[in-house]
Amino acid sequence: MQEELLELREDIASGIDSGKLRTDEMVLNMGPQHPSTHGVLRLELVLDGEVVVKIIPHLGYLHRCFEKHAEAMTYPQVIPYCDRMDYLAAMNNDHGYALAVERLMDIQVPERVEYIRVIMAELQRIASHLVAIGTFGMDIGAFTPFLYCFRDREFILDIFEKTCGARLLYNYIWIGGLSHDVYDGFEKDVMQFIKAFRPTITEVNNLLNYNKVFIERCASIGVLPPDVGISFGCSGPMLRGSGVDFDLRRDDPYSIYDRFEWDVIVGDGSAGTLGDCWDRHMVRVKEMEESCKIIEQAIAGLPEGDISEAIPKRVRPLAGEIYTRVENPRGELGYYIISDGKGNPFRVKVRAPGFVNLSVIDAISRGCLVADLVAILGSIDIVLGEVDR
Amino acid sequence: MEALLQDLLGENLLTTIVYCSLPLVFILVYALLAILGEVKISAWMQDRLGPMRTGPWGIIQPLADVLKLLQKEDTTPGTANKPLYNLAAFLPFMASYATFAVLPFSSEYVGADLNLGAFYLIAVSSIAVVGIIMAGWSSNNKYSLYGAVRSAAQIISYEVPAAMAVLIIVLFVGSLNLSDITVAQEGGFWNWFVFGGPKGEVTLADGGVISASWANIVYFPLFGATFLIYYVAGLAETNRTPFDIPEAESELVSGYHTEYSGMKFAMFFMAEYANMFVVSAVAVILFFGGWQSPYGTTIGDLAGIRWLGAVEEFGWFTVKGLFFVFVMIWLRWTLPRLRVDQLMHVCWKVLIPATFAIALVVGALVLVV
Amino acid sequence: MAAEALTPEAVFNQLNDTFSDYELTYDENVPCIIVPANAIRDVAMQLRDAEEYAFDYLMSLSGVDNGDETLGVVYHLYSFTYKNQLTLKVIVPKEDPKLKSVARIWLTADWHEREAYDLVGMTFEGHPDHRRILMPYDWEGHPLRKDYEVPEFYNGMKVPY
Repeated sequence: MQEELLELREDIASGIDSGKLRTDEMVLNMGPQHPSTHGVLRLELVLDGEVVVKIIPHLGYLHRCFEKHAEAMTYPQVIPYCDRMDYLAAMNNDHGYALAVERLMDIQVPERVEYIRVIMAELQRIASHLVAIGTFGMDIGAFTPFLYCFRDREFILDIFEKTCGARLLYNYIWIGGLSHDVYDGFEKDVMQFIKAFRPTITEVNNLLNYNKVFIERCASIGVLPPDVGISFGCSGPMLRGSGVDFDLRRDDPYSIYDRFEWDVIVGDGSAGTLGDCWDRHMVRVKEMEESCKIIEQAIAGLPEGDISEAIPKRVRPLAGEIYTRVENPRGELGYYIISDGKGNPFRVKVRAPGFVNLSVIDAISRGCLVADLVAILGSIDIVLGEVDR
Repeated sequence: MEALLQDLLGENLLTTIVYCSLPLVFILVYALLAILGEVKISAWMQDRLGPMRTGPWGIIQPLADVLKLLQKEDTTPGTANKPLYNLAAFLPFMASYATFAVLPFSSEYVGADLNLGAFYLIAVSSIAVVGIIMAGWSSNNKYSLYGAVRSAAQIISYEVPAAMAVLIIVLFVGSLNLSDITVAQEGGFWNWFVFGGPKGEVTLADGGVISASWANIVYFPLFGATFLIYYVAGLAETNRTPFDIPEAESELVSGYHTEYSGMKFAMFFMAEYANMFVVSAVAVILFFGGWQSPYGTTIGDLAGIRWLGAVEEFGWFTVKGLFFVFVMIWLRWTLPRLRVDQLMHVCWKVLIPATFAIALVVGALVLVV
Repeated sequence: MAAEALTPEAVFNQLNDTFSDYELTYDENVPCIIVPANAIRDVAMQLRDAEEYAFDYLMSLSGVDNGDETLGVVYHLYSFTYKNQLTLKVIVPKEDPKLKSVARIWLTADWHEREAYDLVGMTFEGHPDHRRILMPYDWEGHPLRKDYEVPEFYNGMKVPY
């Protein structure tokens, strides 16, 4: 079938009338307004019937000039803009940026701040993965797990709201500290959430992840071989789904991640081929449990102290440059900051994991059906705010 | 029923028109209920409340939805083929309304008691495909076209196992008349075809006799399987999840009705809900005794009140039908969607061979016993 | 793979021996290796493929306007084998900002080079798909240059709204 089609295509290209049925490729614009492009991504699909021949992604519909803005702001003023990049993982974005500037200025952060940052970052990771899992299910056509995920995400947002007053864009992690200390009863709330949350993982597993139809739709679809993933610079669940044991929290430890006991989850190809959509999805599902473990340990070891003692009065790093990377829910989030000794950064470049992960879409989707493409796009888990910045 | 109407209104055209539009009244009431059911059932399944603001517990929400759709601007794409585009919106509903003509709602009410009822039903319900193809083509939208082509492939494919499943029962009963098929299951739920058919002797309207035999033991699993096949195929014919590939909102936006708005969209919507009931009703007629009550008789019959018996029969028919509509809603909010090739695989490689095998066995048994 | 991870300085010394034709320099403030524009592809190839370096992961590629009539491209490399990092820099003059593309060596560079071209405006020779990526295709100018002035109108729309 495929060979016949190829033959036919060659005939058409060379203008030979072979007498066979003539088919032609069709260009379909998926997006920028489409239910499953997770924002305003536009994919120009070249289709042969329903088979994807080529994908040309067009980005930039959500470009908000983060890097240009950052050059005009003082260092602390950049943090709210970081929030708005990956708006599903604002805490992790702030964490990365604060870490980069602290390393540039050589600031030592108090213990309590480190612990709270880790708890917040991991809560945010769970929240972000919940959205990823829910929307992936919705792309496949299962609507109900999406709402189960959002129900539990709501608890995390409530905790954030109680802590810093914001539910999506927090501006919470500051250079050298935090904007607020946690409220009384924070530990109890978090532990309660974890206790209530674990059954949800089982519930989503039963309803969606081990559903026969779901596995049929995801297994062996969009296979990303590990070497291709590395060459494309993929990271996070995308690369771990392909079986590469790589997690910055362990391999390039920042903050206090080296103090906790937890496992790096890698895909094993148990449903189909290693590195398929199902593997990527399951890495996220299992990572939520690991995040719970980290949070439990961090809550148990949370020390007393002042959270604002290391916040510098004036942020003016010496001339120099730094590249810092942290593990975002979507992968390696890198900040490359150049300082020329003034109050605002000379250049801030963000290595957004979504941007890099999305670039494989053409390579892994050729030859699949449109329905598979939707699954692949869902399993990459992009946030357009970060892809376009 | 017809006699009653003639007594009331006289023997004229008006009587016929009223008689024919009774199913329409039923569909309208049912559609409102089903829409409410859909939003409320999905809400319960998903840990939320659903609409709560319009009326107590939001029960007037479907009416509000209808009002909203009525007021909406009726947009037509500039490049659409307007006559086809406008006509296409009404064909699917027309097709499903036409099938209501042969549904025996009770022993007293059948729109048209055709002796080719089952055949008519299969034939007429296919007209919907024409409407869907027209809608997809005339919208001049690639997503609509994809939806239409997928839908045509799906509905035409799944008509084969659905029709075969109907034929298996027809083979056994020896009549295409849906009332006859209902009558053949009289006398309690154990006589329903899903439980292996009549356990005693049944005389049909045309004088044919079906009697019990040892073969009932074989029929029990066979007819059960046939029911499942019919229901799955019916689900696919109504384009409901997990077979909602033609309108898969995450892939094709809304499939063939992407470009429709306002009342024309509502017609597609109505057609979907009417179709759900037709499929459920046919499942009930073929396998669950139609309007027969599960304990074999009705209070009206026992008391000798004819109209009460008819109303009870109508009640049983509706309740059973709505139950299967509920199952469809339940499935929709539970299962993910299949892919188009998996869908075809299920149809041509699983369901169709299975129906042919069952038909063969049942046919042989009917001949032998 | 028992070998130790090399320090940036050691990598520089070895590279300097291998590529004696090119003028590599070492900046120990960052620390990074400054590579001439025409040498970057060969150096990159060597760094990825030679067993003693094995820098198989391009973390980030950033375009920078240095503000002194030069543009820079900064490559941050990581090795999965040795778990070490390396920074490369290419500095090109603003009038003729051309350098060789590494998009065929690390596929990450494909989109990153497009981004650097889009925002800072250097040309990557040999790039398979040299187009803008974040800005509209008909946008004029490169916004992250220090001398960039925001245009008044874009396609008849007022820009500073």
